[in-house]
Amino acid sequence: MYRILTKKCLNPTVTQMEIEAPLVARKAKPGQFIILRVDADGERIPLTIAGTDPARGAVKIIFQIVGATTEKLNRKEAGEAIEDFAGPLGVATETEGIRKVCIVGGGVGCAIAMPIAEEFRRLGAEVTSIIGFRNKDLVILEEEFKACSDRLIVMTDDGSYARHGNVTVPLGELLEAGEEFDRIITIGPLIMMKFVTLTAKPFGTPVTVSMNPIMIDGTGMCGGCRLTLNRDGQKVTKFACVDGPDFDGYEVDFDEAMSRSRIYADFERAAHSETCNLFAAEKEG
Amino acid sequence: MAINPKRNPMPTQPPEVRAHNFEEVATGYTEEIALAEAQRCLNCKNPPCVSGCPVNINIPGFIGKIKESDFAGAVQIILQSSALPAVCGRVCPQETQCEAKCTMGVKFEPVAIGRLERFAADWYLAQPARTVATAAPNGHKVAIVGSGPAGLTCAGDLARRGYDVTVYEALHRAGGVLVYGIPEFRLPKHIVAQGIESLRHSGVKFETNVIIGKTLTIDDLFDMGFEAVFIGAGAGLPMFLNIPGESLKGVYSANEFLTRANLMQAYKEHPVTPIMKGGKVAVVGGGNVAMDAARTALRLGANKVDIVYRRSMEELPARREEVEHVKEEGISFNLLTAPVEILGYQDEQNPRNPKNGFVSGMRCLKMQLGEPDANGRRRPVPIAGSEFTLEADTVIIAIGTTPNPLIKNTTEGLEVNRRGGIVVNEEGLTSRTGVYAGGDAVTGTATVITAMGAGKAAAKAIDRQLMKQ
Repeated sequence: MYRILTKKCLNPTVTQMEIEAPLVARKAKPGQFIILRVDADGERIPLTIAGTDPARGAVKIIFQIVGATTEKLNRKEAGEAIEDFAGPLGVATETEGIRKVCIVGGGVGCAIAMPIAEEFRRLGAEVTSIIGFRNKDLVILEEEFKACSDRLIVMTDDGSYARHGNVTVPLGELLEAGEEFDRIITIGPLIMMKFVTLTAKPFGTPVTVSMNPIMIDGTGMCGGCRLTLNRDGQKVTKFACVDGPDFDGYEVDFDEAMSRSRIYADFERAAHSETCNLFAAEKEG
Repeated sequence: MAINPKRNPMPTQPPEVRAHNFEEVATGYTEEIALAEAQRCLNCKNPPCVSGCPVNINIPGFIGKIKESDFAGAVQIILQSSALPAVCGRVCPQETQCEAKCTMGVKFEPVAIGRLERFAADWYLAQPARTVATAAPNGHKVAIVGSGPAGLTCAGDLARRGYDVTVYEALHRAGGVLVYGIPEFRLPKHIVAQGIESLRHSGVKFETNVIIGKTLTIDDLFDMGFEAVFIGAGAGLPMFLNIPGESLKGVYSANEFLTRANLMQAYKEHPVTPIMKGGKVAVVGGGNVAMDAARTALRLGANKVDIVYRRSMEELPARREEVEHVKEEGISFNLLTAPVEILGYQDEQNPRNPKNGFVSGMRCLKMQLGEPDANGRRRPVPIAGSEFTLEADTVIIAIGTTPNPLIKNTTEGLEVNRRGGIVVNEEGLTSRTGVYAGGDAVTGTATVITAMGAGKAAAKAIDRQLMKQ
């Protein structure tokens, strides 16, 4: 069992927890992920690591309540424990040789983008952060980004806070104005990462995207997390769990990844409403 | 007394019943059948069967005890060589090992050694109190990477010699392929759990959720005071066919399909881990894993299951007994057939049609066997103009795996071969001092008993090395 050290609601649908997992805390690097199970009959879900405190043996995770399992996880309180917590998995985000970086985060993806921005700051790189949310209520980690960025641009889709529009708008403007980034690193919904890549394409700026496909074991055994890269005119199959989760945005077949991410959409909807009804029944009782 | 030329058949659930449940297909010998079968053993002076067993169980010895109705004695003899008799009795390919060498087999049917082993092991598991011998600690620490058949065997043998053994498992449950891969109807999970429990009683420690190569490295283990490490991490990345359409929704590797069904229990009524059920299922491959995937799909409610294999029945690598079971259950074999493309739904009128991107069928070519290849197997050659479409909603690719890169990538000086398998000498020693390896991590996809044999050999070598120091 792995104890929940702290719990904090970042917004109505996003929760931050610190889990006691000293071995993971000691090894984890920005960009890597863990797999957890909430209880003994639970499913395995991957979550990207949002920070560590090795001295306390703590690993920070930030998750959006999107399905039955994250719902169940969100019901746990500090002091309680979860069944399984394994990692760190995947390859850490590449930082070498990058002196000027643009971090583009969307929604809960900002939780993963933040420790990467911090890492670049620690390494002395110049950090521009563009973070986007659907609306004002969903804005998270703004202060944290401010602290580790040389320049921060906050966007909301509906204009209810900060600047109105998608993250691709200010990114395009910066590139248009002649900003030369060594790398753009983008983390968020697949559709956002696809358009960040398309925005950068005319300027040839290298783009790293962080993929978060469906997976089971996370150790390179099941192959469920495979994605297709278009590399030098060839189609190459890669496994996000061991080869990623970071990939070259220009190579990723986003449309296929989006299609694969919806394999179990029906099942998930059913499972989610089942859990929600359970909650409703409990509240009534 | 006249010798019965025929072996006693294994009682099984009728095919029409078992095709709809996940309970064990073979129900096991009764005491009466076991006694009758044991009588068929000639108790040869130089028993050839023992040399056919990768872990060299004293086969005439334990069968002799069964003849005397001394089942406890029979089990004790088996346990001297094998930590998991209830597992081996079920999943070993005895027909190509011990039973292939049985003297009875020269003129008649060989003694059903595997079934007798299972009988003795199951009798033992049913006893209320089981004594587990614990050895006096010898003060030496050994780490085992992976809790599959290789790791469990190595752990058991070392614990019996007094070693302080810790087994590290990447997944949340110990057992490796025995729990994530081999289905319940062929190897019930409680049998594996009991095997692990008795190892625990003999002092073996299990640490789940530790991925060696990630959570800890091999070098970390030595820093932690382990004097030797055995890597039995199993096979890794699933292979795909590299044909168009393999990323469509509904295409699974056998590893993923079986892991969802077994380890994550997607076969239960309200699973938390989803799996595609029902419809028409095509399984590509001809090994035991392909058979397991096909039969699992059938039990999950498929209307039709097709096994697609590019060679003929003669070359099909699965165990004969399993092939017979598969046929009885109504699964069809499409032999000399090779997939060339997996087809998907695409509603041009409605890009939001939820069926878009799901599998709709598989285009295949008929093959004929040509000249033998380097391994002596006749190569399948496509027959021109033989293309046809097999209807399918789910395609399961069961054509093998390649070794997992996690340990290799994080262990300096660990030599691997061209395919990524860890290089070892005949004792299981790798290019690193004190690091041994065995099972699929070395050989690529093989059998449970081969892995157990490798675990056993490594335990012996580790013991020799550490006792010398």
